[in-house]
Amino acid sequence: MTYLAKPKLHHPSLAKNRVGYTRRDYEGKVSTLCAGCGHDSVSSAIVQACWQLDIEPHRVAKLSGIGCSSKTPDYFLGASHGFNTVHGRMPSVLTGANLANRGLLYLGISGDGDSASIGLGQFAHAMRRGVRMVYIVENNGVYGLTKGQFSATADRGSVAKKGAVNHDAAIDLVSLALQLGATYVARGFSGDKAQLVPLIEGAIRHGGAAFIDVISPCVAFNNHAGSTRSYDYVREHNEAVSRIDFIDLAPEQTVGADEDLVCVPQHDGSTMRLRRVKPDYDATDRIAAMNQVQALHAAGEIATGLLYVDPEARDLHLGLNTVAWPLNTLGEAELCPGGEVLEKINAGLR
Amino acid sequence: MSRIEAVNDFVVKFANVNGSGSASANELFAKAILRMGVPVSPRNIFPSNIQGLPTWYEVRVSEAGWLGRRGGVDMMVAMNPQTWDQDVKEISPGGYLFYDSTKPLPPEAFRKDVEVIAMPVTAICNATYEDSRQRQLFKNIMVLGALSQLMDMDPAVIERLFAEQYRGKEKLLDSNVRALHAGREFARDHLTQGLGLKVRRADKVGNRIFLDGNSAAALGCVYGGATVCAWYPITPSSSVAEAFDKYCSKYRVDPATGQHRYAIVQAEDEIASIGMITGAGWNGARAFTATSGPGVSLMTEFLGLAYFAEIPLTIIDVQRGGPSTGMPTRTQQADLISSAYASHGDTKHVLLLPQDPRECFEHAAAALDLADRLQTPVFVMTDLDIGMNQRLCEPLAWDESRTYDRGKVMTAEELEAGKDFGRYKDVDGDGIPWRTLPGTHPTRGAYFTRGTTRDEYARYSEAGPDYLRNVERLLRKFATAATLVPQPVLKPAAQKTRLGVIYFGSTAPAMDEALEALDAADIHLDGLRLRAFPFPQSVRDFIAAHDQVFVVEQNRDAQMRTLLINELEVAPARLTKVLHFDGTPITARFITQAITRHVHALATTPR
Ligand SMILES: Cc1ncc(C[n+]2csc(CCOP(=O)(O)OP(=O)(O)O)c2C)c(N)n1
Ligand code: SF4
Repeated sequence: MTYLAKPKLHHPSLAKNRVGYTRRDYEGKVSTLCAGCGHDSVSSAIVQACWQLDIEPHRVAKLSGIGCSSKTPDYFLGASHGFNTVHGRMPSVLTGANLANRGLLYLGISGDGDSASIGLGQFAHAMRRGVRMVYIVENNGVYGLTKGQFSATADRGSVAKKGAVNHDAAIDLVSLALQLGATYVARGFSGDKAQLVPLIEGAIRHGGAAFIDVISPCVAFNNHAGSTRSYDYVREHNEAVSRIDFIDLAPEQTVGADEDLVCVPQHDGSTMRLRRVKPDYDATDRIAAMNQVQALHAAGEIATGLLYVDPEARDLHLGLNTVAWPLNTLGEAELCPGGEVLEKINAGLR
Repeated sequence: MSRIEAVNDFVVKFANVNGSGSASANELFAKAILRMGVPVSPRNIFPSNIQGLPTWYEVRVSEAGWLGRRGGVDMMVAMNPQTWDQDVKEISPGGYLFYDSTKPLPPEAFRKDVEVIAMPVTAICNATYEDSRQRQLFKNIMVLGALSQLMDMDPAVIERLFAEQYRGKEKLLDSNVRALHAGREFARDHLTQGLGLKVRRADKVGNRIFLDGNSAAALGCVYGGATVCAWYPITPSSSVAEAFDKYCSKYRVDPATGQHRYAIVQAEDEIASIGMITGAGWNGARAFTATSGPGVSLMTEFLGLAYFAEIPLTIIDVQRGGPSTGMPTRTQQADLISSAYASHGDTKHVLLLPQDPRECFEHAAAALDLADRLQTPVFVMTDLDIGMNQRLCEPLAWDESRTYDRGKVMTAEELEAGKDFGRYKDVDGDGIPWRTLPGTHPTRGAYFTRGTTRDEYARYSEAGPDYLRNVERLLRKFATAATLVPQPVLKPAAQKTRLGVIYFGSTAPAMDEALEALDAADIHLDGLRLRAFPFPQSVRDFIAAHDQVFVVEQNRDAQMRTLLINELEVAPARLTKVLHFDGTPITARFITQAITRHVHALATTPR
């Protein structure tokens, strides 16, 4: 797929936010992902959140690893610098970028293969360092770009499109992030934008490492009987950003009677149940959050919503005690100790 | 066998047990000689282990000023029973063996052609000190005292060094001075056969400083304006980042707020450390990492990204013995090919090749400029020999009028003025495109960086012509690099010759000495010291101007020779390998002998 100019048609609203931009200014190139891919809905949610929060698009740096999910930064915030790095290593690149200029908003986009398999180490260390960023994993349980292998978040016992059975336990990135010290931990569902957009907004406002695990279906490789990540996506398709050739691939999503429970039917007849945490849930208690995630998991459900937030988050720069202005703006006068100092150093070495 | 008699020109080697506290006494010995105005070059030979294993400290004393390893040992201070046999064997005929005779050894433990100097060091210490740690530490000082007496060294010089070391700790100072004199008195009263090796005051050190290459490289990064350092510990490079930290905490703190004008992160591994500096370089900060061979191996995927996406970054590779963990605490120049061509696909990187700490400083600062100018990774290829050993070198110098070369960064004003911005366009014909930094302009200048092919405006492309335009421009950029890197240094022979020798890095001091020795033996060679890859035109010319060129390097596979053949398309027969790769620093004797042998073979073998 080569570069496609975005058609200027179908523009829904030209309302401007407080910094003078329309929602359209937050969009990117035309997506080249499969029609119906959950990742496009995440892009759309990011667009929505940044527009609503009056973020100046060029003050955002968006970084990713490799995978279908990692391609998405090209499909939102076209006026921002983007960096599609190497597989699994976006967190380190983002960390360095953040060290160079603490004045921008850093969006890290990754996939479950990218973050839970090859990049698990970098994911963990970015969380524990408290790099100020919004780290979103578009989690579909498979490798989309390499055509359907299991990722490390795939459930044990789930079956790949070509019939292989996954024998290994799944890694739950939310539980890991909680344990590793992330100060904002949430889980969303690409099909539930009403929940996802505020989660992204909260993450943008957060002062430390914010992590959002977004269940995001792969219609091409994980939408078959036996998968535990296949679900209908029709409604979401209609809202997806940059959709050019919509193909209806899946049956309708059903939502249970319980308002907080999104039930997603699986093709093998089972149901994936996404449970929104209750309104009275105390999201400032890390241990309670860990318990909640585990308790729901034991009940066969997946907790969604803002699971944990530390309002007094520390940022990496605090620990490093760096100056308040961007390091990349410092010049010779601030950086070079000069010839006289060098003479003193020389004198001490004789 | 007559004993070796030498003034200001000999090699002493100390054999110790790692962790026995010998290091500081050994260093004092070297420094005291320096303070007497006589050049020394010490080398640590140490195991990949914290305690218990053998360690050596070889000090070359050379009034003539030779700083490379000479080869041979005139006196062994054998304090490690574990390595006794090996240490005794290493002494040159007519040399000396100093040993702790608390438990005297039988005659068969010694060599007839070596003079033995026996001092019951342990017994004296045990009689003098209660505390076991003191007994151990002062043993080393007593040996130092005895040697200083035997070599006619001025005790006041050593006392002054103590005073500098223990400023404010008077008790420690006193007890060290006492131990020193106890050693001197024992030598005066009991070691009456004396020693043929003497140190006499001279005036040959001049203005030079005594510094290790890693500290110098770190200072180069401070002066060169690096603000982000990400690293992962590995011998022999760790002290680069540690020294950077030390210097920054002294010279880079905002006086008003106490906040740092730098960021240092100890990453979780080398992949993360290069990832961080890639992000920082992309975002316009000068960033570097320090590592060694195994780290470079891990970094290769990122090096390909930084090369292809054109991101500045600096890597200080302090080379050690490979492959794999090979000889982690020994020296080699064996990362040349793996660094020059690091990563898959057609990739080439800039390498700088410092010869001593002074050049470690200069090249580190230059690398930061070059990386920004060329928008590419730049390696500073030092090695354990320069990196971890103190070396006498010219004082560090900084031109106050020097400004950082930030390269082609398009500003908001330029964008606003409507200047055409194509991230991968070769507007100036030097292969170097313009870049913008994130956050520069609200509507212009943003682009998407990726390791995948793109067109001149950074738009994703899988079109063959776009790919070709990119990779051919990168070759043009590499050709530009050859004009910007430090140029080679020519050392013409005393008389006209058809023989040349190419060398680089830590080989230089031994080479200087070898060239003089060869000259004295009527073998004349023009020398060319390489200082960078890609090779400037003058390297091609040098090879063309000689019938035979020796390439001296410290690795098994003649990696520099391979680079020369590969990049300059030189006929391999023109370049003769001279290789030293046992992990010890190359010696002048080795080079002299190897080249002499080759020259004789050339003279007798019809070609
Ligand atoms: C070092 C390396 N190994 C393997 C690959 C091939 N690769 C590309 S994307 C990918 C998996 C992507 O999966 P995920 O992160 O889950 O993203 P998705 O495509 O499902 O959104 C792999 C293995 C690569 N690009 N680099
Ligand atoms: S393969 Fe799957 S993850 Fe990739 S774009 Fe298609 S639907 Fe999305």
